[in-house]
Amino acid sequence: MPGAPLLGVEELTMRFGGLLAVDQLSFTAYAREITAIIGPNGAGKTTVFNCLTGFYRPSAGRLALHRQEGVLPLERMEGYRIARDGGVARTFQNIRLFAGMTVLENLIVAQHQPLMRASLYTFGGLLGLSGYRAAERAAVEKARYWLDRIALSDSADREAGTLPYGAQRRLEIARAMCTDPLLLCLDEPAAGLNPRESADLNQLLLAIRAQHGVGILLIEHDMNVVMGISDHIVVLDYGKKIADGAPAEIRSDPAVIKAYLGEPET
Amino acid sequence: MPLKGLAKDSALAAFVALILAIPLVGLNTVERDGRIVVETRFSWVAIAVVAVFVGRLLLGLVPRRQKQATDKRPLAALLDKHARALGWCSLAGLVIWPFLPFSSTYLVDLASNILTYILLGWGLNIVVGLAGLLNLGYAGFYAVGAYTFGIAAQSFGLGFWEALPLAGLLAAAVGILLGFPVLRLRGDYLAIVTLGFGEIIRIILINWSSVTGGPNGINDIPRPTFFGLPLTARAAGGGETFAQFFGLSYSPQHRIVFLYFVVLGLALATNVITLRLRRLPIGRAWEALREDEIACRALGINPTSVKLSAFAIGALFAGFAGAFFATRQNFISPESFGFQESATVLAIVVLGGMGSQLGIVLAAVVLVTLPEFGRDFAQFRMLLFGAAMVAIMVWRPRGLLSLRAPSIRLAPSSERR
Repeated sequence: MPGAPLLGVEELTMRFGGLLAVDQLSFTAYAREITAIIGPNGAGKTTVFNCLTGFYRPSAGRLALHRQEGVLPLERMEGYRIARDGGVARTFQNIRLFAGMTVLENLIVAQHQPLMRASLYTFGGLLGLSGYRAAERAAVEKARYWLDRIALSDSADREAGTLPYGAQRRLEIARAMCTDPLLLCLDEPAAGLNPRESADLNQLLLAIRAQHGVGILLIEHDMNVVMGISDHIVVLDYGKKIADGAPAEIRSDPAVIKAYLGEPET
Repeated sequence: MPLKGLAKDSALAAFVALILAIPLVGLNTVERDGRIVVETRFSWVAIAVVAVFVGRLLLGLVPRRQKQATDKRPLAALLDKHARALGWCSLAGLVIWPFLPFSSTYLVDLASNILTYILLGWGLNIVVGLAGLLNLGYAGFYAVGAYTFGIAAQSFGLGFWEALPLAGLLAAAVGILLGFPVLRLRGDYLAIVTLGFGEIIRIILINWSSVTGGPNGINDIPRPTFFGLPLTARAAGGGETFAQFFGLSYSPQHRIVFLYFVVLGLALATNVITLRLRRLPIGRAWEALREDEIACRALGINPTSVKLSAFAIGALFAGFAGAFFATRQNFISPESFGFQESATVLAIVVLGGMGSQLGIVLAAVVLVTLPEFGRDFAQFRMLLFGAAMVAIMVWRPRGLLSLRAPSIRLAPSSERR
């Protein structure tokens, strides 16, 4: 069952000087659905993510996040506010963990906002008020839950940078989930994973969608992941949307086949 | 390395030594019949060149061990394990330090000096070690603290204890003021701007004569009192002095010891606050910012407020240190707050191991006492100092103690082992 619309992208355009990276892109991502954005290299997928999470300010267009309280215009918000007030969490194509900090600390830092409030913006925490200690225990419990989910409980006190690659990818997803997002944006989460790891990733993402009611937006090249778990696929080529639909439709779409394989000679 | 290459390498090193040794040790000026004449000491030059040649040769002959991974650091690990016990022991040692039999005015004063640098080092550690913002103008905040107290005492008659919080807060405010324009800068660019900022403060102090006294500085800064009791021979307003109140005979050493305990208290307070902050969300956000600013933003952490808070708290501690410096010296002038001061404090933080509280203590002890020991070596003092710093960086490139203790563990370590 499709949820309510979660993210409405309307005529999003991003221009870098003379380069048109994203050209009037429109699509909708729904709550409790996995929406994949695919396309050949350089199609503008990561640019869409960067606009969405406030790292770029779009040249034109609207990004509307539908929350219970109302609609947030993401295109006008600062990056950290999109994550904090909008509930949009993301991971990065080149993993960006806090490498020198432990696995557990990575997950606690993600819960900065509630902990900051509980520590009365540091002043209460400095005095050792009990409210903060309770909040910290709750934060550790939440971290422990996610560590179990990604099978890293035994490595909790290890430096995040020393983890194997696949574990770092999982940790980055868990860290994003610790911010309690409404929309989780994953930039190539299966890149560099072996087939078994990417099958595990599929299970994790399906479980996150089912149990946490999160909408997932996914950039991915691994077609096993994309076709296996997506509810809805958007295909980009040269910054333009060339197809939009369910996996089965995309698979047989002539425009998509042309973009990926080139035009057959006639 | 084959023997031929090694010999060539050693000869090159010896040649460099020759060039350096001729002006450094080869020429010596002596006074004779009221005139200064240059004496040559080429035998010394020969000794230096031969020593470098042989030393380089021997270094090359010794088989080089494989560089070990950074987490295999037995000494650092041992210190880390017993950090708590070590901390308490050194605290006990510091408390009885002035009363030990061999203790003298000189030693207590030296310890006060070291503690001032520890205080500064811990303050800068928040900015550089935890938040990863390279600051080369830290002496500027130190100066703001010192001058706040100096001016408050001169113009408004405030005593040390009233002016101390004021000095800290004003320095913190200046820290935030500096923070705003440099929010977007990182690394080298940030270092250059903060370097300029430190110089701006120094130049303002020199030129704004009507307020700061210009290059002459501020004289007669009051000494701290012991709960209102002055530590002088005679109380100014006919009141009781510290010695009279406790029925002691007056000794100027009381004041030195008292100043020592004041700075010890300030340093301890700084340490307790810093250790607490590290375990609070703000402290973890500082470290997260050092690791990856983009990831911080993606997690909803406002980098602006995190950076400003680091600048402010680092400057706050520098302000305290400045007020203490002013009251200890009784006199301040812009000379005391030059780039040399910022560089020394930064060297303490870097040599100590970025982010390590104990490492900073060790580095401050080394960097402050080394020039003292070097007094016997007269003009070679700074040479020795530089050589020691190079040696530390060669042996411990990440600082004396670079082991980072996690701010939180999943379960108490006693349960896990």
